[in-house]
Amino acid sequence: MGLLELFGRQDIKGLTRLPTGSFTVDASGRILSSTLPQIFPRNFVEDIAAAVLASFKEGQKAGLPLSDLVINYASLKITARELRGGAIIFLAPLSIKRT
Amino acid sequence: MSPAYKILLLDDEQDLLELYRDILRQLPSKPDIQTASSGARAIAVLESEPFTMLISDLNMPKMDGLQVLSIVRRKFPHLRIVIMTSVLDEQYRSRAYAMGVDLFWEKPTNSAEIKLFQECVESLLGRGAAQGFRGVQSKSLVDIIQLECLSQSSSVLRILNNNKEGRIWVLNGELVDAVCGALNGEEAFKEICSWKTGNFEILPSEPDRPRTIHNSYQGLLLDSAQAMDEMQSSPSSESVARGTSTRLGALARVDGVEFLMEIPFDEKKKEETWGAENAESLVAWARQTTKSFKQLGEKMQAGNLTGIKGTGVQRNVGILLREESLLTVGIRRTVNTDHLDETLNAIRTQWAS
Repeated sequence: MGLLELFGRQDIKGLTRLPTGSFTVDASGRILSSTLPQIFPRNFVEDIAAAVLASFKEGQKAGLPLSDLVINYASLKITARELRGGAIIFLAPLSIKRT
Repeated sequence: MSPAYKILLLDDEQDLLELYRDILRQLPSKPDIQTASSGARAIAVLESEPFTMLISDLNMPKMDGLQVLSIVRRKFPHLRIVIMTSVLDEQYRSRAYAMGVDLFWEKPTNSAEIKLFQECVESLLGRGAAQGFRGVQSKSLVDIIQLECLSQSSSVLRILNNNKEGRIWVLNGELVDAVCGALNGEEAFKEICSWKTGNFEILPSEPDRPRTIHNSYQGLLLDSAQAMDEMQSSPSSESVARGTSTRLGALARVDGVEFLMEIPFDEKKKEETWGAENAESLVAWARQTTKSFKQLGEKMQAGNLTGIKGTGVQRNVGILLREESLLTVGIRRTVNTDHLDETLNAIRTQWAS
């Protein structure tokens, strides 16, 4: 029993639940506010912010200025709106729809 | 060699006609000068052969200068018109300018004034090929529409371009309707905006005009400007488009598509583009964006990246993914969010097949 308990607990600890919520970030990538659960790793939030800001910035340089971005994953939707160099970013996990 | 410019002088006084003819013959461009002593005669002469400029008196019997002006402006929108008069009434001056004269000039009385008059006429003759709408010099039609909208005006703009006529209805600073031949609404507005020269007048507003234009004037002007830019650069973009794959060309037939770029994930392989200006930077942006969001998805364990969609003031964009490549689709800004998904789905289906 002790052995099973050991393996089981380790697996559960490694899972990260995809959160629902939003956060704002300034042009330098600093997180200004967030409604995301604290359990969601801070570095994930920063990575999302960095990727979104880079996309807006590089798009502008390439002659493709964007005001909104929607990134679809199999189980998560990220929606970002550009705010004067920064952004507001919404995260919404996707679940299997029951018909 | 025939003279480059032709001027028609209109005055009811024969002595003055001869005097002005002598004065204008001294111009450096050596224009051909013809004369008419009545409005009716002047119009008949203008109809019989092309002229660069009409110089008319204001105070004449039967048909006065303003009456001649209103007919001439409508029939010959490209003609430069100078009013030369001894009637020094500010009201006539403003009425004449409102009707689209290029110059309102007091009859010269001394050699200095004659010299100035000659210089002005010479300068005006040289401006014949310049673009711009008459009535408000150095302003394009886009400027005039912006002016009307920004000032929250209500009016009807009547625009003449050769034998074509267009009308734009503005109500409280918003575009309400446009008509141009068989076209109406946004199509008509875009057609009118594509005219480079012509003549316009502002008519009283028609508040009951039914609304057919629901887009903002900024958006429509942006679209028109974009369409004109594309028209100007069409040979190069056309050749770019034709030079690449016909498969992308087939995908581009989906309504709303502006450009397409099929980009292999393997950077050693060459991408294919259709209709994209500035393709190199766009390819780099699409590659980098896809790469960083893919890595992010893997890190967060959010599942496969299935697509990216962006909306912007100039155009919208979508990135579709397959195992070995991604397809970046530029879509017209006017395609709304719901239709954007439909467009991308239609392209995804065709691309997959």
